[in-house]
Amino acid sequence: MKEIIEVLNEVKEGIDYANEKHLVSDGLITSFDLVMLISLLNEKFDIEITVVDVIPENFESVETIEALVNKLK
Amino acid sequence: MKKVITDYLDETSNKYPRKTCILENKDNKISFHAFANESKRIACYINKYNLFNKPIAIFIDKSIDTLKAMFGVLYSGNFYTVFDTASPKNRLDLVYNTLKPTLIITNNKCIEKLKSYNFDAQIINIDLIDNKIDNKVIKGINQKMVGTNPAYVLFTSGSTGVPKGSVITHKSVIAYIKWFIECFSIDNTTIFGNQSPFYFSMSVSDIYSTMFTGATFCIIPKINFTFTMNLVKYLNEFKINTIYWVPSALSIVANLNTFDYAKPKYLKKVLFAGEVMPTPTLNKWRKHLPNVLYGNLFGPTETTDICTYYIVNRKFKNNESLPIGWPCNNCDILIVDEEGKECEAGSPGELYVRGDFVGSGYYNNPEKTNDAFVQNPINKSYPEIVYKTGDLGKINKYGEIEYLGRKDFQIKHMGYRIELGEIEANITALEGITTCACIYDENNKLIVLFYESSKLSVDDVIKYADQKLVKYMRPNKVIKVSKMPFNANGKIDRVKLKKDYLEMEG
Repeated sequence: MKEIIEVLNEVKEGIDYANEKHLVSDGLITSFDLVMLISLLNEKFDIEITVVDVIPENFESVETIEALVNKLK
Repeated sequence: MKKVITDYLDETSNKYPRKTCILENKDNKISFHAFANESKRIACYINKYNLFNKPIAIFIDKSIDTLKAMFGVLYSGNFYTVFDTASPKNRLDLVYNTLKPTLIITNNKCIEKLKSYNFDAQIINIDLIDNKIDNKVIKGINQKMVGTNPAYVLFTSGSTGVPKGSVITHKSVIAYIKWFIECFSIDNTTIFGNQSPFYFSMSVSDIYSTMFTGATFCIIPKINFTFTMNLVKYLNEFKINTIYWVPSALSIVANLNTFDYAKPKYLKKVLFAGEVMPTPTLNKWRKHLPNVLYGNLFGPTETTDICTYYIVNRKFKNNESLPIGWPCNNCDILIVDEEGKECEAGSPGELYVRGDFVGSGYYNNPEKTNDAFVQNPINKSYPEIVYKTGDLGKINKYGEIEYLGRKDFQIKHMGYRIELGEIEANITALEGITTCACIYDENNKLIVLFYESSKLSVDDVIKYADQKLVKYMRPNKVIKVSKMPFNANGKIDRVKLKKDYLEMEG
């Protein structure tokens, strides 16, 4: 969880990631942020997020991102 | 005789009355006949206010309604500016105060937000108007029109923090669209997948060429550009064959390796403009979609949209950049040196644009107009206004124009033209900021803001920027410095800032 928040802060600072539950639907993460986020997650957790997993539901909150990372590990 | 834009829509709607003109999704679309009629109805309503050749603002989210309002304004004999409904109030105020519209058109969805901004212009809600079309009124307005009347005023960011509004006439739009249609063979079989916002000059091309030819204009939902599998699905569902996007949008699709999983089946033409196309992105697209025509278009808002273009016809290595090519038909480019003389082939100079695409200047801004819309430096014999782009270029060994960057600090970021000075002007306004400066990290496409302050944290500055600046102008990185570097002239030393930053980034 903490590691995911660190990655998110690297992409974009100034968002309350621990509590935010609608990162995508509220437009807090843009497509440009998403590209960077995916490449950082891939690097840090040694996974490969393919575009098939790039759906809004997987990126709404720290929890959903964590679930995605765990699934791919 | 066809002299104004609406004459072309009339012709198309008579030719293809029942054909789909604009589509948002399968449940929300409109035919040419219905679209022209809805626009005329709005025009007749506007006409009650007795306005002619006056600015009218449009405050509607990107949708079929926005387009109806735009053409409603055109049929009414006035000219429009589309407001970015997501823009912070202070930026809208600057646009509003320059434009001084007497009317603002909105719909049910946006009216509450608009009212909260307290503009003093009168508001028309197109969901509430119930008048009929009076064809005599429409005809009477058309009789009074001349091709040099403005069709719209399109605002881009200005260095002093005040946006500049380019005035574009019917004549310029018609000349430009005629080129666009001819060059890319746009016709009634074309199906556009639109990406660019309507307050951005690129949208002019797909919107108007649809109305001139009977093509179909699909408004791609913005969220699809984040989730690209849905984007490909959309392109295939509506059989989209022509796209004209900013390179960033094409990059997202390529960087996510979307085409390894799904391919757009109907795509025939991929055009791009608005910023420099990263060659690796183009190469990925070409690898997966080799039989598509790729066009690199180049031009400022002041020349309607585009002044040069290059149709990709050879291989490029990832580290080679694409040329911007050749002047469009009915448009001419001069490459001029510091002394105002034409450069020899191969030597760099500033690009000047001649011809009918050139706009009429900046609305309510004679000073900026005189700086950029100037007498042709190589014509001493009669008055001829050309547009000085501030862009540098040269002719390469193929005889094509190569783009060499901006003359000043203006940058292209996410497809928008931004003056770093405007961002600085806004941030400087925050109490507690001693001084600040922006640089652009071209490699990573990041706006980097440096600031000096004794009390403000990085978070404070980010929060402030989020409130004050429109999204694409917000700094991607904010760095606090203990002392801003200054050069001998007492100006912030941006060269040093950039050098230090690049060293820090390794």
